[in-house]
Amino acid sequence: MSDLTAFREEARAWVEGNAPEFLRGKASDPNAWAAGGRKASFIYPESRDWLLAAADRGFSVPTWPEQYGGAALSRDEALVLQEEFARLALPMPLTGFGYSMIGPTLLDHGTEAQKAEHLPKIARGEIRWCQGYSEPNAGSDLASLATSAVRDGDFYVINGQKIWTSGADQADWIFMLVRTNPDVKKQRGITFILVDMESPGVEVRPIRLISGASPFCETFFHNVRAPVHQVISEVNSGWTVAKALLGHERTSIGGMGRGGARTSLPDLARDYVGVDDAGRIDDPALRERVTQCEMDAMSYGLTVKRHGDGLEAGHKPGPESSMFKYYGTELNMRREELMLSIRGPQALGWEGEGFEPEELNQTRTWLRSRANSIEGGTSEIQLNIIAKRVLGLPD
Amino acid sequence: MATLVLTAPQDMLARTAAELISKHGGVDRQRKLRDDGDELAYSPEVWAEMADLGWLGIPFAESHGGLGMGMAETVLITEAMGRGLAPEPFVSAVVFGGGLIADAGTAEQRAAWLPQLIDGEKRLAPALLEAGSRYGLDRVETRAQSNGGGWSLSGEKVQVVGGVGADGFLIAARTEGGLTLFLVPAAADGLEVVAQKRVDSRNSAIVRLNGVQVGAGDVLGDVGGGLEPLGRVVDRATVAVCGEMLGVMTEAFERTIDYLKSRSQFGVLIGTFQALKHRAAKMFIEIELCRSTVMAAARALDAGDSDAELQVSNAKARCSDALILVTNEALQMHGGIGMTDEHDIGLFMKRARALEFAFGDAAFHRQRFARLRGF
Ligand SMILES: Cc1cc2nc3c(=O)[nH]c(=O)nc-3n(C[C@H](O)[C@H](O)[C@H](O)COP(=O)(O)OP(=O)(O)OC[C@H]3O[C@@H](n4cnc5c(N)ncnc54)[C@H](O)[C@@H]3O)c2cc1C
Repeated sequence: MSDLTAFREEARAWVEGNAPEFLRGKASDPNAWAAGGRKASFIYPESRDWLLAAADRGFSVPTWPEQYGGAALSRDEALVLQEEFARLALPMPLTGFGYSMIGPTLLDHGTEAQKAEHLPKIARGEIRWCQGYSEPNAGSDLASLATSAVRDGDFYVINGQKIWTSGADQADWIFMLVRTNPDVKKQRGITFILVDMESPGVEVRPIRLISGASPFCETFFHNVRAPVHQVISEVNSGWTVAKALLGHERTSIGGMGRGGARTSLPDLARDYVGVDDAGRIDDPALRERVTQCEMDAMSYGLTVKRHGDGLEAGHKPGPESSMFKYYGTELNMRREELMLSIRGPQALGWEGEGFEPEELNQTRTWLRSRANSIEGGTSEIQLNIIAKRVLGLPD
Repeated sequence: MATLVLTAPQDMLARTAAELISKHGGVDRQRKLRDDGDELAYSPEVWAEMADLGWLGIPFAESHGGLGMGMAETVLITEAMGRGLAPEPFVSAVVFGGGLIADAGTAEQRAAWLPQLIDGEKRLAPALLEAGSRYGLDRVETRAQSNGGGWSLSGEKVQVVGGVGADGFLIAARTEGGLTLFLVPAAADGLEVVAQKRVDSRNSAIVRLNGVQVGAGDVLGDVGGGLEPLGRVVDRATVAVCGEMLGVMTEAFERTIDYLKSRSQFGVLIGTFQALKHRAAKMFIEIELCRSTVMAAARALDAGDSDAELQVSNAKARCSDALILVTNEALQMHGGIGMTDEHDIGLFMKRARALEFAFGDAAFHRQRFARLRGF
């Protein structure tokens, strides 16, 4: 307890001393988020300062070991740090698939050499990653993927197509699933491999989202050569690694359900709807929806905490990432819809005059949020996983 | 905020509680008590055993003769009771009734009631509800008139859980300046107890007060100041009820999952149908959320956290909605057999409704949550 208090003081002093003034209050501004990489373009230059300051202190990847660029924080300390960021409504210094997906996966499944090669570059925001799982004919049924990799000396030669590869046009490296054995049960012939996007034969074509921005891509591979030492775990046992990574991905996506430092729903409703004589949101139906959403977020946050406390106390991790992915995303989507209802016609802006910047932002984040129950495995797939792995219901 | 995991002793307590309830027949016992038309509607021998194990003293300070534990432990007992639909009036007599005396009573009042309550020798029944009360603690018509240094009580309380066979009643009555709490012995002149039959077959009574005369020493707490301790103790009782709800929903859910794995139609187990799988998975998530809110609310009360009331209302609203969802779905997924009296699932549904309406339903607690948060 007293350790945590001491850490909070330290974290608070550090945040006060290092967080750029300009970024304070910008937690929910996507333009303030930094995913780094060789092609990094910081919309606000302050985001770069914030990332570098955090990286110097290990706070870009707070729970990672120090030798890989982290600060070796305990889970509780990391939560305190997050709370201190949230206190000033600061954006996370580093976001992206390196930080949330491949990093944690390498920590568990990488060799010493692989960790030493990749983790520090993620921590400093030097290399940005993308995820090559989905293919045109392998979405929910991911294990049916067909992109092939054939061994040639110290290399694998990769041919095929990925799709919905978020940020592939911005990324420096891709972690991907390839078929190394077509003659066994589909899950048994998959390998997890890391590929430099600058390798000859990689071609990226952006696709536009309904929100207009943040393209995801089709990614093509024509005789792309990737060194054998970039295989994670064993050849043909990539499915296990893939699922572990999905666990991290789902927990990370589900984290959006907690609300955190973002716009306060009651404040927004007071602003747009007004209050009655008793100071209540002046629309009983909307007030009820706000209340339900706030209570759901509170209950969800407590459940995330309870499972975290359980892990800390030595409970075995189970398939709860599916529960968090399902509930967290559904909750976030409901929240976005509710914010539309609260803003009413002012939520209809696309660009230009007549709308405040945060209203224009709202339109886009709402549209983007519709993907939450699709990306990282659809809601239906999460429910299937719970039914099978948690409840043991028959196939 | 406190850690949301059970300590080893808490885990042990939960197991022991589950064992005790199933040793005495689990849900079969509730069914038998109902079928026998048993007047007490619970088992004195189970109550005595709970007393022997010290459980009736769980929420009380050691200085009051209790075990000095808190709500975190109390909800483990009520959860086990909920799983087996145990009808003993633990929440009403101990958490609520005893809790009020511990909270608002004088040293004499505590000494007169708590040791015997904890030993299982005497039972208290708080008489809160009136026909027109719904959930407002201050919606009380029962009146107390001061006369000659004492008080005369008149009014009618309904659905007094554990009222049949109780040794004393805690009565909230209107006095000048507010609400006052009174400790009234069952044998008082002018006090009449009539058994009431509710859908959940629990011990429930109408308590009629026809000019019942009590002394100044029978006032619990301050004259006109009853609402405050009542509110505090009702929050504790509410969380205890949430523990019970958690037990009821978990058991009804697990029985339903077992049924999905054993009943076949169209030549396959009905648990293979995705329409049922997805609903089952959603119920699982709802129950997980409920568990977190109950643990958090119990610990917030124990720690005296500033957001404790908020946590209590969050838990009660969530548990109310989830319990109705789960028991309705449980019945639906059992098909026709679920509608028969012979099958147990209906008993869970009946208990569910009584718990939903205890100390405020979901809508009531959502309103309270919004009020506490100031929007
Ligand atoms: C914004 C966004 C970003 C993405 N980023 C990436 C990325 O970076 N890298 C990557 O590899 N992938 C990415 N994806 C792809 C994503 O993982 C897939 O879209 C997802 O797994 C679903 O596959 P699908 O689109 O082929 O839909 P389908 O699998 O064709 O599903 C169509 C519908 O059928 C339902 N369905 C399918 N199977 C079942 C079943 N067994 N039971 C019940 N219902 C079922 C689905 O739930 C869905 O509603 C992204 C997707 C989006 C929207």
